[in-house]
Amino acid sequence: MEGGSLVSELFIERLNYCIYVVLLLIGLWAMLAKRNLVKKLIGMSIFQTAIILFYVSIAVKKDATIPIYLAEHDPHGSHAKVATEKNATGNQDAYHPVELKPETVKGYANPLPHVLMLTAIVVGVATLGLALALTQRIYQGYGTIEEDELLVKLERADERTSVSPVTGAKPKGRARSSTQGSKAKAVASSISKNKSTAKNSSVSKTKKKIQSQSSSPRKTSGKGKPKPKS
Amino acid sequence: MENAIAWIFIFPLFGSVFVALSRYVNIKLAYPISVLSMAGAFWAGVETLRQAMASPNHEISYLLGGWTLDLFPRGVGIEFRADLLASLIVLIVLGVGLIVTVYSKIHVEKETPNKEAIYYSLMLLQITGLAGICLTGDAFNLYVLIEVAALTGYGLIAIGSNRAAAATFNYLILGTIGASLYLLGVGYLYIKTGTLNMVGIQEVIEANGLTDSATMQVAFVLIGVGILIKMAFFPFHAWLPNAYCNAPTTTSCLLAPLVTKVMIYVMIRMVLTVFGVEFSFESTIWVSWMPWLVVIAIICAAFLALSQREIKRMLAYLIVAEVGYMVGGVWIYNYYGLIGSIFHIISDACMTLCLFLGTGIILHKCKTTHFDGIRGLFSKMPFTMIGFFVGGFSIIGLPPTCGFFSKWYLITGGMVSGHWEYLVVLMFSTMVMVILFFRLIERIHLAVDESGKNLGKGHGDLGLSREQTRFDEAPLIMLIPLLVAAATVIVIGIYNQEVVNQIETFLQAYDLPTGVEYE
Repeated sequence: MEGGSLVSELFIERLNYCIYVVLLLIGLWAMLAKRNLVKKLIGMSIFQTAIILFYVSIAVKKDATIPIYLAEHDPHGSHAKVATEKNATGNQDAYHPVELKPETVKGYANPLPHVLMLTAIVVGVATLGLALALTQRIYQGYGTIEEDELLVKLERADERTSVSPVTGAKPKGRARSSTQGSKAKAVASSISKNKSTAKNSSVSKTKKKIQSQSSSPRKTSGKGKPKPKS
Repeated sequence: MENAIAWIFIFPLFGSVFVALSRYVNIKLAYPISVLSMAGAFWAGVETLRQAMASPNHEISYLLGGWTLDLFPRGVGIEFRADLLASLIVLIVLGVGLIVTVYSKIHVEKETPNKEAIYYSLMLLQITGLAGICLTGDAFNLYVLIEVAALTGYGLIAIGSNRAAAATFNYLILGTIGASLYLLGVGYLYIKTGTLNMVGIQEVIEANGLTDSATMQVAFVLIGVGILIKMAFFPFHAWLPNAYCNAPTTTSCLLAPLVTKVMIYVMIRMVLTVFGVEFSFESTIWVSWMPWLVVIAIICAAFLALSQREIKRMLAYLIVAEVGYMVGGVWIYNYYGLIGSIFHIISDACMTLCLFLGTGIILHKCKTTHFDGIRGLFSKMPFTMIGFFVGGFSIIGLPPTCGFFSKWYLITGGMVSGHWEYLVVLMFSTMVMVILFFRLIERIHLAVDESGKNLGKGHGDLGLSREQTRFDEAPLIMLIPLLVAAATVIVIGIYNQEVVNQIETFLQAYDLPTGVEYE
């Protein structure tokens, strides 16, 4: 009995909350672990949706209606007759707002969480739109939306810009603290190492060949050129 | 002026609309309109502070639209509250905003051509958002304003190069996580207290004795972590350096002094006003381990700053270290620590502004901010360098500047509360900052290169040509804002007692320990 009640308490009565936690974690995982920028954004949407589900869940109330006038307060609904009769007697104006009594208030769901979520949805849409625009610009600028490839390209771009204007020395290594960054850096360095070593070796070989072939004529030509007198 | 609080928002908000429309009329109107609206907002900020100081309980409450019911004495609508803390911080936000707006003209025309109208519009909205964060008295409204400030911030950074867009993407992901966690925490607060008004939440917590509630603990952790991500506290700082270094110059001048500091203000607001001193410091375990996290944060950020070879990047890591100072000042749980923390928000905003404005001028004149590109700059731009180094000295904490006094209170707090680790790490970080700035001074004044080799021919010779050291000062429209910022750093330093008096008046309402408790 007790076990059964625990299960029902955890998973059946509070199913919304379980789903919200699962969605939240899925979204968080996708935002942090996925390497594709669009997948990250999908994760972000799931994350925000989970929070919306949470807020809507806390406003749930059994047998409650939307927090607008109940049917009998509606001057144009089925109860309009009653109102007009009252109106005819001159006691009450049908179009005048009716004061809510405590017992009628019980029949309404709390509107505030829903209203808050309207704002949160707007914020979420704006964030998503901006993020998609950024993704588009990243794709236009770097030709990729895969984070690994992007980081390699960004690393190169940073090295190009952070060259010392005097000595031309490149920074020896950037301090990165996040594990993602270091992982990606490791990938990046391995890729760039492979490429650079391959390139260097081939380039140096060809250079050596050229040098060995054309060393003597070059020297003579260099000597033969007259130096400009200052 | 009765509605000074409302005018703080009306000026930049409507200013941004007019600025955005000005591109259809004459794009040259964008700059004067934004300067005017910022000046108006600054005036409203001064007026708000004056009113808050004059009012008997040192706060003004402003119900937007006058929504009140007898049932809800705190108002059913959104309340804007300007107590002394909020009005001090909002004045700093508006002051920095005004200075940066005046300064921005040349940079914006050069770096974002034909987008001036959009740029200034975003900038005004950013300041509206930051000012709103300071003044709002509603927990959910705070979330919306955090997102307003964040979204405009993403736009302001990404409007630059493609590299900036890539950096913004990371910022956006982390910023959204932070803000969403905050929103979730507010949800839990709402479940438990049934109100969103900050003071209302505190009243319910006190009245119903909710200090032991597990829901409150969850809310506190979610809100705390969300804010720590937003303020770039050390393990969560990864978004900050790239975003600020690749952003357009004006953007980094505006965001660097304000965004992280305003988030620290939010943390203080949450700890003191929303959750209350008793809950935040007594019922949670944050007090026991936050000081140690702060120690790690400051040490790591200081080393990261030390390893940089570019002024902008170095300053970005300095901000991360300064965030550690202020967070530490709150969590050592002491009266003096909190005074120091709040005063450091103010002084750090001013000195970071100085440094970033100076860096912007260096970038404008030298086309680089690399350490090797700044040799001999003192003879070229003496006034800029004086302004820059006033900011630097304040970061180090040399006496006439405001950085000295705020650090003094932080250190006093560390000593009085017996958090010696915090004291040691403050001293250590001060030493690192001495190295950082004297290394720059050496580059600028002396003819010594990286390895200590003398490049000049003799005493006073920098090894530079006459052309390179000729007097070539920055344009006045950039120089004057920098000098005003530098003067502010010194004036706040000299009149520090005035500022501290206001902070003390604000803290009177809270029950904070003032001395060490020996067993």
